[in-house]
Amino acid sequence: MAADNRQVDQPTSLWAQLRATAGRGPAPYVLILAYAAIVSALLLLNPTTGLGTDMVVVLFLLLMLVIYRAPTMLAFKLTLGTILLAVVMPVFGVLNPFYIDVVTKAGMFAALALGLNVVVGFAGLLDLGYVAFFAVGAYLWGIFSTPQISNIVPGMEPLHGSWFWLFLAIGLAVGAFFGVLLGLPVLRLRGDYLAIVTLGLGEVIRVLATNLDRPINITNGAQGIKDIGRPPLFVEPVFQALGITISQVQEYRLYFYFLVLLVLALTVFVVHRLNDSRIGRAWTAIREDETAAIAMGIPLVRMKLLAFAVGASFAGTMGVIFSALQTFINPPTFDLLRSIGILSMVILGGMGSIPGTMLGAVIVTLLDLQLLPRIASELAALQRRGVPIPSWFDPAQYQRLLFGLLLIIMMIFRPEGLLPEDRRRQELHHDEPAPAPESKKVASVAESAQSAEG
Amino acid sequence: MAVEATTGSELLVTRRSFRSFMSEVFGPLLQVFLFVVGSAVVLGGLVILLAAALRGTREDIDLLQGTITILPQVIIDGMVRGFLYATIALGYTMVYGVLEFINFAHGEIFMVGAFTGAFFSAALASSGMLTTLSPILFVIAAVLLGMAVSGFLAMSVERVAYRPLRNAPRLVPLISAIGVSLVLQDVMRIIAVNTGLGFNAQFRTPDLGQPLILAQMPIADGRTIPVSIDSRSMIFIVVAILMLIGLNYLVNITKLGTAIRAVAQDRPTASLMGIDVNRVIAITFLIGGALGGAAGILFGMRVGTINPYVGFLPGLKAFTAAVLGGIGNITGAMVGGIVLGFLEAFVASYLSLFTRGQFSGASYADIVAFSILILILIFRPSGLLGEVVTQKV
Repeated sequence: MAADNRQVDQPTSLWAQLRATAGRGPAPYVLILAYAAIVSALLLLNPTTGLGTDMVVVLFLLLMLVIYRAPTMLAFKLTLGTILLAVVMPVFGVLNPFYIDVVTKAGMFAALALGLNVVVGFAGLLDLGYVAFFAVGAYLWGIFSTPQISNIVPGMEPLHGSWFWLFLAIGLAVGAFFGVLLGLPVLRLRGDYLAIVTLGLGEVIRVLATNLDRPINITNGAQGIKDIGRPPLFVEPVFQALGITISQVQEYRLYFYFLVLLVLALTVFVVHRLNDSRIGRAWTAIREDETAAIAMGIPLVRMKLLAFAVGASFAGTMGVIFSALQTFINPPTFDLLRSIGILSMVILGGMGSIPGTMLGAVIVTLLDLQLLPRIASELAALQRRGVPIPSWFDPAQYQRLLFGLLLIIMMIFRPEGLLPEDRRRQELHHDEPAPAPESKKVASVAESAQSAEG
Repeated sequence: MAVEATTGSELLVTRRSFRSFMSEVFGPLLQVFLFVVGSAVVLGGLVILLAAALRGTREDIDLLQGTITILPQVIIDGMVRGFLYATIALGYTMVYGVLEFINFAHGEIFMVGAFTGAFFSAALASSGMLTTLSPILFVIAAVLLGMAVSGFLAMSVERVAYRPLRNAPRLVPLISAIGVSLVLQDVMRIIAVNTGLGFNAQFRTPDLGQPLILAQMPIADGRTIPVSIDSRSMIFIVVAILMLIGLNYLVNITKLGTAIRAVAQDRPTASLMGIDVNRVIAITFLIGGALGGAAGILFGMRVGTINPYVGFLPGLKAFTAAVLGGIGNITGAMVGGIVLGFLEAFVASYLSLFTRGQFSGASYADIVAFSILILILIFRPSGLLGEVVTQKV
C-alpha cells in the first residue's frame, strides 16, 4: 500500500512522465487537434472499404473517448465532438455508405445499452429479457405502419410515415407500460431468480411474436413484417440550396444517423441526470444493500419498477427507430442472443458507468458487424492465395463464442468493466488493498441511502 | 479430530437399520410415484371434464372420445418429459444447494451429453458395429460415456469459470455462467460441423425393439386402437428411475453424501469439521453434470436428431422444475420435474384439440412452463416441497 502511494506521488515511470507532459498547459489541445485532423483527413481522403479504413474508423471512435477523458475545457470537448460527429462523419458517410450504417447501429445499441444500464448497472437487477421491450417497440410501429393493422382494427389504413414522430413517444410509453407489467410480478424476487424469470419472459414475447398469426394475424408469425413505413424526409430543400444532389437512400442514411445521434444524446442526458438525482441514489442504495435501503425508507418495489420502466421505455423507442431503419422485422431478430449481446456491452464497458456502457456498445457492435466479418473475408482472401488456413475457421460466425468468452474473462479479471464507475470498483475490489479505504464505501452507501430518503 | 469424525460417521452407517435404509433410498421415489399418479389423475380428470363441457362445440369430431383416446399416450409423454426435467433439475438443485448459485450452463452440459452419444453412435456406425451390438449394451455404454464426459466437463467448468468468483457478488458468477453456456454452444457447433457429424446430428441406435403394447383401447364401431409405449421412452423412464435410486443412495447413505449435505447446510462449519469444501463442491458438479449427461444421452436417443442449441430450452424448464419443487431440495427437483412434465404434455396435446387448432399446443406449452415459474415464485417461492427460509442479513 505504501509502495502504491509513492508511485502515485512521484511519477517515475516513462508512461507516467509522458502522461504528465501531455496533460500540461496547451499540450492536450494540440495533441487532440492533431489526432482529430489526421484521422479526419484519413477518413475523408481515402473513403474506400477495407481493413485500413476499418482501423481508421476505430481510431475515430477512440478519439471520442480521448476527447471525453482529456484534461481540457468542456467547451472545447463539446465543440470538437460536435464537429467530428455532425460534420466529418456525415460527409464520410456520403462518400462511403458502409461505415455510417455501422456507426448508426453502434449508436442505436449504445442507447439500448444505456437503457439496460439503468436496470442492471444502477439498480442492480439482472434483466436477461431486455430485448422483449425492444421487440414491443419494433412491432408497435411495424404493425401500425403496414397493412397488418387492418387485421386487428378492420378497415383501418396503415399510418402515414409522419406518424413516426408521435410513435417515438408512444413507443416510450408502451415500453414503460410493458416494463411495469412484466416488472410487477417479478420484482419482489431476489437477483438470480429475477434473471431467469426475465429470460423466460423474453422468450415468451418471442414465442408470442412467432405464434400470434392465429387466430388473428397480429404479428404475421415467423415470416415477420416487411415494408415498414419510414418517416418522410424534410431536409431535401437544404441539400438543394447547398447545391448537393444525393440519392434518397443516402439521405435516409444520414437522416437515421442524425436521429440516432439525437436520441443517444438525449438518452445520455436523461440517464446522467437520473443517476445524479434522488432516484439514482435510491437505486444505488438498493443495488448495494436491499435490506439497508428498506431500513432507510426507500420504497423498494416502486424504485425497482421505476428502473425497469425507464430501461424498457428507452428500448421501446429504439425499437420504433429500429423497425423504421430496417423496414423488416421477424421474431429471430429478438432472440436471447440479442439480449445477451446488449448485456455484454454493459458488462464490458462497466456496469453503472455511462461512458463505459457506450464504449462497450461501440466495441461490441464494431467487432460484431465490422471487424469479425472483415477478418473473415481477409482470411478467405489469404486462403485463396494458398495460405493454409482451415476452411472451418470463419470468425464471423463465432458471435456466441465471442460474447461468451467476453463475459467469462471480464467477470474473472475485471468485473467492474473497462471504464468503471468508482463505487462499483470499490465494491468489487474491497478485499484487496486499494487506495480507497473500506470505511469510505460504507460511508458512501449510508450517505446515498440517507439522501434518497430525505 | 479427523479420526473421531471418521469413526463417528462409520458408526452412523453401521447403526442404520434396514428400514431406515429403505425409507431413505426409496422414500423419495415413493413421493415421486405419488406425484406421477396424482398428476395423471388430476390432469386427466380435468381434461375429461373440460371435454365433456365443451362437447357440443365441435360437430366434426366427438371431443370427449378424442380426449379419452389420446389420454394414455399423453400420460406416457408426460412421464417421459417429467423424468427428463427431473434428471436435469437435479443438477441445478444440487449446485444451488451447495453454492446458492444458478448454474446457467447446465443446459449445455446436458447438450454435450447428447452429442457425446451422437459421436459414440457415429463411431460405432462407421466401424460397422452399430447393428450387431446388443441394444442393452449400447444403452449402458452410451449412458456411462455421456455421464463421464458431462460430469468431467461440469467439474472443469466449475474449476475454470466459477471457483475464482466464489466470493464475488451474486450476479458475477451468474454472468460468467451465461458466458460458459454460450461458449459451450459454439464450441460444440464448431466440433460437430467440422467432424462430419453436422449441425443437425443424427443419433443412431441399434434396433431397440418394437413398441410395447400395453392395452387395446376401444373406440367407436367396435374397433380398437393400441395403447403403446415405445422402447425409447421405456428405456428413458427405467434409466431415470435407476439414476434417482442411485442418487438417493449416494446423498442419503454414503459419507460423501453426508459431506455434501453438510456443505449445503453451512459451508464454514463443514470446513471446520474437516470437510474439504472445494472437493465436495467439485464432486457436486460432477454428480450434477453426470446426471445431466445421462439425461442428454436418453433425450438424444429418443428424439433422434440433436443440434448444439437443444440444451437451452430443457435447461430453462428444468430450472423451472427445480424452483417448482423447491430449489436446493433433491426430492423437490424430481417432483417439480414430474409436475412440469405432465402439465406441458397436457397443454401440448389438448390445447390444439380444444381450440380447433387455433393455438398450437407445442408452442404455448413453453409459455405455460414460464407462467408456472412466475406464479410459483410469486405465491410460493419456496416451491412445493421447500421450506420457507427467511433471508439472512
